[in-house]
Amino acid sequence: MTPLAAGPNTGVHGVELGVVIFFFLVVTFGGFVAVRWRRGESMKSLDEWGLGGRGFGSVITWFLLGGDLYTAYTFVAVPAAMFATGAVSGFFAVPYTIVVYPLIFIFMPRLWSVSHRNGYVTPADFVRGRYGSRTLALAVAITGIVATMPYIALQLVGIQAVLDTMGLGGSGNWFLRDLPLIIAFAVLAAYTYSSGLRAPALIAFVKDTLIYVVIVVAIVWVAINIGFGDMFDAAQAQMKSTPNGSFIPSSQTFWAYGTLAFGSALALFMYPHSVTGVLSAKNRNVIRRNAAVLPTYSLMLGMLALLGFAAIYEKTSVVGLDGKPNGQLVVPHFFDQIFPSWFAGVAFAAIAIGALVPAAIMSIAAANLFTRNVYRELFVPDASPAHEAAVSKIVSLVVKFGALVFVLGMDRQNAINFQLLGGVWILQTILSIVAGLYTRWLHRWALLIGWAAAMAYGTWAAYQQSSPTTSHFGSSLAKFPGTDTKIYIAVTALLVNVIVSVVLTALFRIGRVPAGADETAPGDYYSDAASPSVSSAAAEVQTGAESAAT
Amino acid sequence: MSSDPVQPAPAAVRPLPRSATAIAGLLLLVPLVALAIVPVYATDGPRLWGFPFFYWYQFLWVFLASGFTYGAHRVILHARRGQQ
Repeated sequence: MTPLAAGPNTGVHGVELGVVIFFFLVVTFGGFVAVRWRRGESMKSLDEWGLGGRGFGSVITWFLLGGDLYTAYTFVAVPAAMFATGAVSGFFAVPYTIVVYPLIFIFMPRLWSVSHRNGYVTPADFVRGRYGSRTLALAVAITGIVATMPYIALQLVGIQAVLDTMGLGGSGNWFLRDLPLIIAFAVLAAYTYSSGLRAPALIAFVKDTLIYVVIVVAIVWVAINIGFGDMFDAAQAQMKSTPNGSFIPSSQTFWAYGTLAFGSALALFMYPHSVTGVLSAKNRNVIRRNAAVLPTYSLMLGMLALLGFAAIYEKTSVVGLDGKPNGQLVVPHFFDQIFPSWFAGVAFAAIAIGALVPAAIMSIAAANLFTRNVYRELFVPDASPAHEAAVSKIVSLVVKFGALVFVLGMDRQNAINFQLLGGVWILQTILSIVAGLYTRWLHRWALLIGWAAAMAYGTWAAYQQSSPTTSHFGSSLAKFPGTDTKIYIAVTALLVNVIVSVVLTALFRIGRVPAGADETAPGDYYSDAASPSVSSAAAEVQTGAESAAT
Repeated sequence: MSSDPVQPAPAAVRPLPRSATAIAGLLLLVPLVALAIVPVYATDGPRLWGFPFFYWYQFLWVFLASGFTYGAHRVILHARRGQQ
């Protein structure tokens, strides 16, 4: 395999490591110079630091959203799931990332417009303005922060898988073992601090290019050396002998497959980092055009998923440096197995950089939520834009440090459990956000109670699920109450959410409970920046908000 | 997009005509339905280049969904231009 390695898993793989370090230096340079790229008036506001000046066009948005949504953890986890249990837990990612785009085409331009007109930076800002409820906005903000934190931690798990494959991380000394990860994250934190959203936007170009090259080469390799028919046959045979394995969903798992795809699709754009990516777009057309071209990433994700099956054919070992099997290692090991070491290095660099881009955007999004909807709301109501940016920059450091401690200090399984819960939780904010884009009928207190009920149910249901490796949080599927059909827990919880919210809204309306003030105007929801009268009106709103704040 | 009847929109920005919203909505609905019917496409045959139907059907919809979404985008652009 590599000249320096005595066996597949011993010693440091020098060539691979050298290539990874080279690409890491390139993106580090890019991350720091990004502060000068498309520079606005000053970095001292969240519009500039946290949303890149709200001026990204179609191409940058395409790379940014692609880099943001298709994370290193996805690259590692989806083929790992295909390798272990097949289609239901792995391939659902393909329909999931297809149906998400027609959905965002429908409601994201509305969120963009209302945010643009009213100077909203986070989804919770919108909820605050629409329902006049600080408590509901706080619930949405905290759900966003709590769901994002383990997602950042999982990006580190992706980097760890690559480091482990290159022979780093086996030594007994914890400090030396974790040093590469700590350095990578410290550098990431530094350029995110100085360049804000411009850093991941610039680095995303490198990340996506590398990923595309690697996946295409890998799939061509599979086509030539294995053949797709043989690959699928090997996977089919393997899945037959695997408990809970599925080559193609059966009548017991149709609902599981469908609800995982649609539930995850609805949840994806409730994550604060997705909203940040969307709000940084220049106008509504950028969002719509991107909804049409972003599925190209799903094509890549689908091919990547198939590498899990190719690894079954190749009988790839998933035993890590610590001697224990770890499914997450399947894709890095597969690359190590089939590619010459320099190209395996390119593949590993793609995964590692693929972790840095989303980690940066997620920490910016979580920091914006904290600053706007917790700090400003509860502690310093008259914070100036410069003050907000300063707080956000520091919080972005804290968030990343927290994720690092999470991964180094706790079992990896914890990060995966919390990420599973995060998906269930974040979907429960959809009612306040998306229904709010269309109607004010739902009552703010009903939404809050519905949210709380759904969060409690979802957490409890996920806690009950056991798997061969873990006694709780073992699956994101649970039996739909009163039936034997397993479906995605987040969808059942959303149903609880909708029922509670609708029933209570009806009661509150009969009881004439005050519904709160709505600061948005109907025209806010379909305004286009392209129309000159709108941009001047938006500028007016913006200045109005700023002068009110200072 | 649909409009709120309570208050008129600001001058230059009007909601799209209902016909354009309806056509765009239908175009967007097609891929959602195509992927929601799991029992219909969860079969092994017919295979294509070794791919079971289940797999190549979903790969095909990556392209088709992209096309339908782009179609909806064009419909809305066209309706917007017609307004000005």
